[in-house]
Amino acid sequence: MKLFTFKGGVHPSENKVQTENEAIQTFDAPKMVHVALLQHIGAPLNALVKPGDRVLKGQKIADSEAFMSAPVHSSVSGVVKKIEFLPFPLSGKVNTIIIENDGEEELAELTTIKDWKSAPKEDLLAMIREKGIVGVGGACFPTHIKLNPPKDVTIDTLVMNGAECEPYLNADNRLMLEDPKSIIEGIKIIMHILGVKNAKIGIENNKPEAIASMIKASEGDNGIEVCPLKTQYPQGGEKQLIKAILDREVPSGKLPSAVGVVVQNTATAALVYEGIVKGMPLIEKVVTISGKAIKKPMNLKVRIGTMFRDMLDYAGVEREDVDKLVMGGPMMGMAQHSEDVPVVKGTSGLLALTTAETNPCKAKNCILCGKCIGACPMGLEPLMYAKLAKFNQWEEMGKYKLMDCISCGSCSYICPANRPLTEAINIGKAKLRAMPRK
Amino acid sequence: MAKLLKMGPSPHVRTSETVEKVMYDVIIALLPALLMAVYVFGIQALTTTLIAVGTCMATEGIMQKIMGKDIDIKDGSAIITGILFAFVVPVTMAYWIVIVGSVISILLGKMLFGGLGHNIFNPALVGRAFVQASWPVAITTFVLDGQAGPTMLDAMKRGLDGTLVAAGNPYVNALLGKMGGTIGETSAIALLLGGAYLIYKGQVNWKVPAIIIGTVGIGAFLFGGDPIMHMLSGGLFLGAFFMATDMVTSPYTEKGQMIFAFGIGALVTLIRFKGGYPEGMAYSILIMNGVVPLINKYTKPKMFGGVAK
Ligand code: SF4
Ligand code: SF4
Repeated sequence: MKLFTFKGGVHPSENKVQTENEAIQTFDAPKMVHVALLQHIGAPLNALVKPGDRVLKGQKIADSEAFMSAPVHSSVSGVVKKIEFLPFPLSGKVNTIIIENDGEEELAELTTIKDWKSAPKEDLLAMIREKGIVGVGGACFPTHIKLNPPKDVTIDTLVMNGAECEPYLNADNRLMLEDPKSIIEGIKIIMHILGVKNAKIGIENNKPEAIASMIKASEGDNGIEVCPLKTQYPQGGEKQLIKAILDREVPSGKLPSAVGVVVQNTATAALVYEGIVKGMPLIEKVVTISGKAIKKPMNLKVRIGTMFRDMLDYAGVEREDVDKLVMGGPMMGMAQHSEDVPVVKGTSGLLALTTAETNPCKAKNCILCGKCIGACPMGLEPLMYAKLAKFNQWEEMGKYKLMDCISCGSCSYICPANRPLTEAINIGKAKLRAMPRK
Repeated sequence: MAKLLKMGPSPHVRTSETVEKVMYDVIIALLPALLMAVYVFGIQALTTTLIAVGTCMATEGIMQKIMGKDIDIKDGSAIITGILFAFVVPVTMAYWIVIVGSVISILLGKMLFGGLGHNIFNPALVGRAFVQASWPVAITTFVLDGQAGPTMLDAMKRGLDGTLVAAGNPYVNALLGKMGGTIGETSAIALLLGGAYLIYKGQVNWKVPAIIIGTVGIGAFLFGGDPIMHMLSGGLFLGAFFMATDMVTSPYTEKGQMIFAFGIGALVTLIRFKGGYPEGMAYSILIMNGVVPLINKYTKPKMFGGVAK
């Protein structure tokens, strides 16, 4: 079988076996759900409900006028208890609606577009926004914006990201195995919106069953093709994926649309189908719970607003052994300082990692081994960032193309001297963004 | 929560590789050559090596203390410098010169630049250059089986017959290391074994030694020399596998490393055939070390999505 790939990257221990054969379990809706009002890239939302209101499952409870936004919905039926400024997993605090679940599971009235084939693109996009759908691959970019590329570009191919290149995670993998039809239906809707005839689904070849499952589900659909990818991090990076599958290189500073491509996550496609045909807003997430400190690693379908602590208790956790608690994958996920934060739309994994996994190690001088350069999928010189950041040379970092860095972490991962490369990159990017544009 | 969770940016996992592991891989790779040296030159080869290693570690420790840095002499880099320094001097060298040379290697070659990672030149070669300038006779007196005699390269330079250097087939001798020379340079096969280990471990890009040795072979052929003998003798294998591949003092992109390797091979050929010395490996590497910043500047990695102008 032909394997697609890109140049650079690393091969971290996959750690997929712990959960790859664990069927998705459904976690009971908790007594209290905490819906954070910032679940996407962009501005926080305004609450549409107030304490004391009764809300239904699937009811829109917050929205914003801002362009870059998508509403959130209640994941249970019950009564709004409080709206408070609380910690949430994307660092810092944000307004959070706390709903007491009455256990009735009473559904709000759900709008649908059953006959999407004859619906105009605008209506479908509006419906996607209304259902609160964002890219659940991690970045949480509002999907209706991504599916509406600038008018001056021609999109010819939809690339579906089923790579799930982050170690440990199997949420997408399990979804491709257990519900491939929803994904394929979602892909068809997205193809219709974009007006493209070709869709390529990229899946890393460490998931042979998912590949087989998606090939089977897409049989008879000319135009949808499954492309097995070499298992290599960050194969699921948008630009890497496009390069691997289509051999097109997104120019520096440009979006995939510049080469005629829109990238979507496979899980997002399933959401699009659920949202448009069944009317269900984004109120649930499949989360892989794993890491050496977890007693029973598993894939859990949870309501948005479920607390990490409850999920960890369910899976069992050796709290004394936890070195880092991470939301997302180990390469790009976010370290959490508390278990008392809720699941958001972008939560794809919850990892309780021990020191055996995080492998802490003292930083040494750079030995100029060049391994970070070899690993960088963007062809950058990561070693320079740590050097320049030490002397606050932010502009110089910009000259070393810092803004092309996709923050994949490959350089930090591979560095034998454990140089603080991603630290330098994060600070540098923030400094450069804050600088006035010339 | 009973325990404080650690924060910090992603990635939250890292490779099992550390600077120590990289360094100890190199040390392991140097062992076959050390064994062959003891076999060919006797136990004094080992004594000299241990003295050099001990001196290097002590010097580094003292310097780190003086400079107010963490004492980190077990990271393996000082051990490598010690072994390499011993490897580039003859077994007959007086111990006190070995000690002076080792001190200079660490002091001038490494610590004055700021320690590991900051040095421009290969420390062991800096020490060797110093000794060569100060005691030129001591460093070019080679003995085999208790007999002083020329090295293979000497013999070739002066147009002598190779069998004069040592009895038996000269090619076999060169492979095994049964010929005059510095402690670690003589046995091509032992060096190759160690080099293969480093390539297997991913610490060395095979193209670097291949280009150096290949360039010298072709060069020797063009100048009318014996290519095989030129490739097998002198410090070529030692330098090609263990010095030109030193991460700190070689370029950091593959393209850069290839240019660097070719430069070394070409310089060695020129020195051997047109220069005043029979051997030129040490100087060639030192010269190319000095060019590394320039090479790095002109061999940047190809940026993804870089716009072609
Ligand atoms: S510099 Fe950026 S893109 Fe390159 S490896 Fe590091 S994090 Fe990834
Ligand atoms: S991987 Fe680390 S030690 Fe090697 S060159 Fe990059 S920053 Fe330096």
